[in-house]
Amino acid sequence: MISLYIKRLSFGQVLSSILLLFLVLLWIVPTVGLFVSSFRDKDQLAITGWWTALSTTERNEFRRTGTKDDQVQLGEKYIISGNFFDAGGKIIQTFSTSFKNLTEYNSGETAKFKDGSLFTLHANGEYQWFSNTPFKHKRGKRVFYVAKVPPTFSLDNYREVLKAEGVGQSFINTLKVTIPATVIPIMIASFAAYAFAWMKFPGRQFLFVTVVGLLVVPLQMSLIPLLSIYNEIGNYFGVSAKSYPGIWFAHTGFGLPLAIYLLRNYIGSLPREIIESARMDGATHMQIFSRIVLPLSVPALASFCIFQFLWVWNDLLVALVFLGKKDDQIVLTSKLRELLGSRGDNWEILTSSAFISIIIPLIVFFALQRYFVRGLVTGSVKS
Amino acid sequence: MQLFDALLAVMVGIGVCVLYYTGTNFLLDRIFSDKNGFLTGKDRWYNAIQPWIFLAPALFFLGVYLVYPVYETFRLSFFNFGGFEFVGFKNYLWAYENPEFQQAVLNNLLWLLFVPILCVILGLITARLADNVRWGTIAKSLIFMPMAISFVGASVIWKFVYDYRGPDSEQIGSLNAIVMLFGAETQAWITLPFWNNFFLMVILIWIQTGFAMVIFSAALRGIPEETLEAARIDGANEIQIFLKIMIPQILSTVMVVWTTITIIVLKIFDIVLAMTNGQWNTEVLANLMFDWMFRGGGDSGRGSVMAMMIMIAVIPIMVWNIRNFRKEEQVR
Repeated sequence: MISLYIKRLSFGQVLSSILLLFLVLLWIVPTVGLFVSSFRDKDQLAITGWWTALSTTERNEFRRTGTKDDQVQLGEKYIISGNFFDAGGKIIQTFSTSFKNLTEYNSGETAKFKDGSLFTLHANGEYQWFSNTPFKHKRGKRVFYVAKVPPTFSLDNYREVLKAEGVGQSFINTLKVTIPATVIPIMIASFAAYAFAWMKFPGRQFLFVTVVGLLVVPLQMSLIPLLSIYNEIGNYFGVSAKSYPGIWFAHTGFGLPLAIYLLRNYIGSLPREIIESARMDGATHMQIFSRIVLPLSVPALASFCIFQFLWVWNDLLVALVFLGKKDDQIVLTSKLRELLGSRGDNWEILTSSAFISIIIPLIVFFALQRYFVRGLVTGSVKS
Repeated sequence: MQLFDALLAVMVGIGVCVLYYTGTNFLLDRIFSDKNGFLTGKDRWYNAIQPWIFLAPALFFLGVYLVYPVYETFRLSFFNFGGFEFVGFKNYLWAYENPEFQQAVLNNLLWLLFVPILCVILGLITARLADNVRWGTIAKSLIFMPMAISFVGASVIWKFVYDYRGPDSEQIGSLNAIVMLFGAETQAWITLPFWNNFFLMVILIWIQTGFAMVIFSAALRGIPEETLEAARIDGANEIQIFLKIMIPQILSTVMVVWTTITIIVLKIFDIVLAMTNGQWNTEVLANLMFDWMFRGGGDSGRGSVMAMMIMIAVIPIMVWNIRNFRKEEQVR
């Protein structure tokens, strides 16, 4: 009976493993595709799938030989020599002077041209062209070939988007938005949370229930009125309505309900004895808050920080409404959306830009996952 | 140099906050204590004022950024495009008859119908499977990962998956490559009417399943082992245990996850904006609202109506949340 039970369990585990593996692959393949593509050569990326990135591809190309100016005289003979490729990597299979018959000669063979000159093309792209009479042509002769192209990976795409496309600047703009928009609400919320948890005042219950209600109020309800307030303030002082402090405060307002709710639940669950004995000893609320409650609340503060950081970094809507689209204000998400519109087919640009925009959240996420999960689970799981 | 600005702003922000809290605290101490630093008999006042000092900044931000706007949006929905002429229900009637709006409501309903339930089902399955195998922690991390990715970033990732290169070209999008592998016809997926909504939903499901899974995984661990053991002894198989014992036990958690994802779905905006901007019949309320905020110089009346639609849909969840909260507070 027992052995049967174990057998069934292990069979179940194998089945679980296979099913889970399938789901995990389904989940990560899209991201892997993006990641791999961002390092690929942009021409290869445009014509072959990212899953072929590691395989060697065959390509038909042509190059021009040197002209009469490149020839050197060697005894009786005239020679033009050189290499078709700047960097190594491609391996020539066959070549021809006609694009209709690409497999005419194998690499390393010598072709005899109509004028009696001899042309040799080696696999690594080196060529020699011998003639008994001086060369006269002004344009190089076209040579067609079939080459094997090994997979190439480089940081070229990243270099391009960071500099030319202005993604580097957007990255800095996003940091400029995110850091203050994470720090300001956490400070304000922790004081409020302490008041809700450990101070007595009329309307405490009502105000906190309001906060719970505000947790789910859609952002969309705030946009139109705030936009007009911002415009009025901007007009009154003669400044732009779109500014960094403007978006910091907006994110502060939108982040506060969750911050207060999470922190109040955490701070409220600290042992009553600690706080009461400190009160007995004559400590003020300010002292209790800064010396006892804050140090004890680090896990909750950390989880909210991660929430707010990820939310602000990944936000598009608030940035579109409260920040401009000029280079000095456009954030990564907004930039990415613009690129999707203007460079929709340039996958080398989109993939690398997207990866730049998600790398910081991913690092934060994997490094601090424990706090993130803890924050999510509190308040969602009923004991 | 520019980061320096940001850091400076943080320092100034922290400075102002610290100054505010310690400054007011200091003032309060000075006013209500005698020269030896002991609180005088007037400390009843002290205790009455101090909470409001702690709360004031938070109440200010909540008031300006959430409470007032809710009222103002409600008011504006009854006014014309500039917000200066009362028009009654005209904006609502316009919306009711507007085909674009109808499309958006229909699509929002479609999203509401499919996304939360699929996230919950996939979340439950992955949570159960991951708790059953040794490499479960890694698996959970990987499925959870999209939570860290922005909606726009996810849209780029999936637009690449859905990429279409014309009928005779080699396909570079994963989906079309798979379709070709099975010999079916390749498609421009995101322009395919009706079904394209589902291709957009996949993105949100991809992001939110990890959230559901993590919460369910924690809840499943909370089920007492004896309950499960008893069922096993009674001869129940693992699937029966999962469906008939585990899920009923964590039903309240399932509801929480369901409502949380429902709210996210109601507000869905970034994905639609980035993928189609509402073209090919994929319009949703939040995107249409954003559109009307700026279309033709902005129509605050019609925009507000669309915001109100989302708000009205959220209200039942809000009431449910508050009721739950009240119940918990009584237990506390």
